[in-house]
Amino acid sequence: MAAGPMRMRATQGAGFTDVRVLMTHPMETGQRKDADGKIVPLHFIQNVTVKLNGKVVVEAETSQAVSRNPVFSFRIKGGAKGDKIEVSWLDNKGESTSIESAVA
Amino acid sequence: MTFKLGLVLALAAAPALAQQSPYAEYQRMALENAPVELFELGGEELWKKRQGPKNASLERCDLGQGPGVLKGAYAGLPRHFADTDRVMDLEARLLHCMTTLQGRSRQEATKRVFGNADRPSEMEYLSAYVARQSNGMKIAPGRTHPKEQEAYDLGRKLFFHRAGAWDFSCASCHGEEGKRIRMSDLPVLSNPQFARPLMATWPAYRVSTSSFVTLQWRMNDCYRQMRMPEPTFGSDTTIALIAYMMATAAGEPYRGPAIKR
Repeated sequence: MAAGPMRMRATQGAGFTDVRVLMTHPMETGQRKDADGKIVPLHFIQNVTVKLNGKVVVEAETSQAVSRNPVFSFRIKGGAKGDKIEVSWLDNKGESTSIESAVA
Repeated sequence: MTFKLGLVLALAAAPALAQQSPYAEYQRMALENAPVELFELGGEELWKKRQGPKNASLERCDLGQGPGVLKGAYAGLPRHFADTDRVMDLEARLLHCMTTLQGRSRQEATKRVFGNADRPSEMEYLSAYVARQSNGMKIAPGRTHPKEQEAYDLGRKLFFHRAGAWDFSCASCHGEEGKRIRMSDLPVLSNPQFARPLMATWPAYRVSTSSFVTLQWRMNDCYRQMRMPEPTFGSDTTIALIAYMMATAAGEPYRGPAIKR
């Protein structure tokens, strides 16, 4: 699967918000060879950013050690129903995708 | 002597330990983080995508509950379809819709039915999307039409039929309780007790290959492992086996798409 859609769920707890986000990404390690014996170039998500109502609450640097189509979960302090959560990623080829949803 | 006895006891306890293996816990954790939803999303897109010579989507495809009805469709398959006078499973029916609604040739539509991690197949995406709409519903394949009974009987026969270079049948691996292959249990699929929980999880995301696998793929690959000729995609043989196993699992609430090792 090439880099593609994301899926997110943000649920409110007692004083916190749980965010679970699923990303479509090949996460190539740069060590794998294709059917012709050529190395598949390194291609991985290097930054993940989570925003709560526009304010950055999580900034992560990720490596090629993360699996293909990764799932990330974050617990953020605060957050109320209807608050806007935005998650975006940026990979080493400069591609990026983001998703937005309201806390439920 | 006491040492020997201890060893015997340890060996006797081994199967009990195997049953509480961390595999169940692994499965629970893997399911939580499996990207099954991404396949469902891809499937929804393909379901609605206009393609083929007729430039049509699959949205009017009748999977047994009426044109375009997806809710509970998978749990009711395989079943007999009057328009083709054939018992069909999900994938055979999808193929039927691709050829009739979209006007595609069988050859083109089955060119690449089993995908891989880099490029999943259309069938895999669509299976994930359709199967999801039966989650929580009881497995109830068709059992009343004479052709459905015929498929069940043929499936049962094939399940126990030994053939090929290794003289294997499905029952060679799936006929005895408490057997495993590496980390995976080998459920006795002729027994509802074991067939029910297993069939309720197909199709599924396969963690070890990062791909989505369908029942047609499972039949195909089991035949390969038995060193038998490759079965045709959506053939009466594969459908009969699926019909037999789904019927054996009837009554179980469908819990898929789930995960496999």
